[in-house]
Amino acid sequence: MLKIENLHVKLEEEDKQILKGVDLTVEAGTVHAIMGPNGSGKSTLSYVLSGRDGYEVTDGTAMLDDTDLLALEPEERAAAGLFLAFQYPVEIPGVGNMTFLRTAVNAQRKARGQEEMSSTEFLKTIRAKAAELNIDADMLKRPVNVGFSGGEKKRNEILQMAMLEPRMCILDETDSGLDVDAMRLVADGVNALRGEGRGFLVITHYQRLLDHIAPDFVHIMADGRIVKSGGPELALEVEKNGYADILSEVA
Amino acid sequence: MSALPKRRQDATEARLTNLRLPVSGGWTLPAREDALTRLGAMGLPQRRDEYWRFTDPAAFNAVEVAEAEPFQNDDETPLFNELKPIEITFVDGVLDPQARDDLRHEGLQVAFLSSAVETDIHWARKVFGRLEAAGQVPVPRPFATLNTAFATDGLLIRATKPVARPVAIRYVHRDSRSDAILHHVVRVDEGASLTLLETGPAAARLNTVMESDIADNATFHHVRDQGRTHLRQAVTSVFARIGRDATYKSFTMTANGVLTRNEHVVEMLGDDSVAHVAGIAIGDGRTGRFHHDDTVFVTHDALRCESRQVFKKVLKNGAVGVFQGKILVKDGAQKTDGYQISQSLLLDEDSQFLAKPELEIYADDVACSHGSTTGAIDETALYYLRSRGIPERDATDLLVLAFLAEALEEVDDPVMAEALQDRLAGWLARHAG
Ligand SMILES: Nc1ncnc2c1ncn2[C@@H]1O[C@H](COP(=O)(O)OP(=O)(O)OP(=O)(O)O)[C@@H](O)[C@H]1O
Ligand SMILES: [Mg+2]
Repeated sequence: MLKIENLHVKLEEEDKQILKGVDLTVEAGTVHAIMGPNGSGKSTLSYVLSGRDGYEVTDGTAMLDDTDLLALEPEERAAAGLFLAFQYPVEIPGVGNMTFLRTAVNAQRKARGQEEMSSTEFLKTIRAKAAELNIDADMLKRPVNVGFSGGEKKRNEILQMAMLEPRMCILDETDSGLDVDAMRLVADGVNALRGEGRGFLVITHYQRLLDHIAPDFVHIMADGRIVKSGGPELALEVEKNGYADILSEVA
Repeated sequence: MSALPKRRQDATEARLTNLRLPVSGGWTLPAREDALTRLGAMGLPQRRDEYWRFTDPAAFNAVEVAEAEPFQNDDETPLFNELKPIEITFVDGVLDPQARDDLRHEGLQVAFLSSAVETDIHWARKVFGRLEAAGQVPVPRPFATLNTAFATDGLLIRATKPVARPVAIRYVHRDSRSDAILHHVVRVDEGASLTLLETGPAAARLNTVMESDIADNATFHHVRDQGRTHLRQAVTSVFARIGRDATYKSFTMTANGVLTRNEHVVEMLGDDSVAHVAGIAIGDGRTGRFHHDDTVFVTHDALRCESRQVFKKVLKNGAVGVFQGKILVKDGAQKTDGYQISQSLLLDEDSQFLAKPELEIYADDVACSHGSTTGAIDETALYYLRSRGIPERDATDLLVLAFLAEALEEVDDPVMAEALQDRLAGWLARHAG
């Protein structure tokens, strides 16, 4: 489903290479986890896939099925089914969370040639999904992420994912800042969407999230490359021994 | 006029050549004659005047009116129609007797300046030209004085009780060279309330004054939209005098217009009152030059009053926005709560925002704050919205409307606020890219 080949990315403004040949394939219906030291390029990979400015792809490709992601605008990538749950969700004063979500849902539907969701249907859906994530009505009314706690922001990301029902979901450290109960809610949210031909790329530092969202594959990223891939046991190894062994082994 | 520097005197005399005090001025004549004398002494503003530093008054001084093609608004229904206001229409500054609703309503008295000679309206005599004259200190406002002397018409509107329906002044612009001078006088009696709406571009060149006398315990809401004509020029002056326990709220939306100077003078003379003055200006230099100036002066001369100035501007393609705002807290005006914010959102690097926020405080127990910012669209927020599938144009519009929200919140009536928001969204959609 998502096929990244030899992806090289540098900063647009600086002569700094961040991704140095990433190869990664996520098949439909599977969950892949990416771990790796701080600054290794995990967020950069997610930004580049979702179309953030400031990066220049110097080599390589990223395909979502038959779609060349790198040729599309961010909104087109979203309409094609890509979703990124941000490591640092953005606060947008003055834009109501509900307005934002309705606009997003309908924009994607429109881009796919589908009919817009009626406001009653939208309300019904969002209330149900918000309740599952323990997001109260007040949070829906407030401006996007403004004044939300760290954990509330992360849950709000998952609410957006649940509403948009993307095919390919990238979660960038969605677990950081979550309390134990919230972690379970988020994991349930992810697991509810699992299967049905969806792919997941879960970026995390901790095994804890992976206890709830059992990954099919685990990759280790270091210095802009995937240096090791394996099964769930790889995450346990990192949890136990850190990265030193793995990095010296591949060096 | 001998005391004036020659240039100023020449300019003033030139402007006055074609203007005559109305013979039928009736009871307004003494005030008009007084205004003419005052105007002679102060002269019309010149480019180098400090108060006109950011806005060239030449077009308002010019004897000839620059042509402004009337705008054919055929894609929108009249603003605030859904509120079913009591309507009065002026076409190029002339009252249209056909388009005039029945003005007899509970608690409402309406007369016209143009028929002043027929009736001596005592209450208006105490306001007409008086608030304008009082508002000349410490900064002269000569265009308002010129207006008092030469205004051809205007509403004399009084609320003696709470008036249930809003009153709307509909301005229609048909003549590409019309030059209108209108002077409205508003009196809201003790315990009464009134909502006055003004919509539309009044003329190719417009000079309006509104003097609002708001008594103790009275409430006055003023909401105006200055219309869509591109090349029109307008200098407007609002003078509000506010009594005790009273509420005054004024909101202005300006989209388009080659040149606008909106002056607002608010005097808080009674304790425990509230005065909010807000405005939104959105301009696109591509459809004609856009220069919009909000100049506000709020004086606190009583205890425990609250004032707010909230002005937001969205500027693109070389549009220019100006804000000059002052809060003056007089000696003894303790517990004053004064707030002023002026912000601009520049949608490109060609546009410009010039701001001069001022505080002058002579009381020691007050809370006053002011702030002014200029910024561009937040790129991170834009990316976030787009990453959720919202196209760039729509995402930008959402962020623009979000930026304007604080000013729009100053409109209390949700139906009005929504109507204004729709117009703003419509403008953004027409001016995309
Ligand atoms: N816009 C930028 N400007 C400067 N440096 C950048 C920028 N974006 C990324 N970098 C650098 O690129 C490297 C990779 O950053 P990235 O955020 O992708 O790491 P990460 O793997 O997500 O780290 P973490 O685990 O801490 O979230 C870092 O050294 C970072 O400082
Ligand atoms: Mg990161």
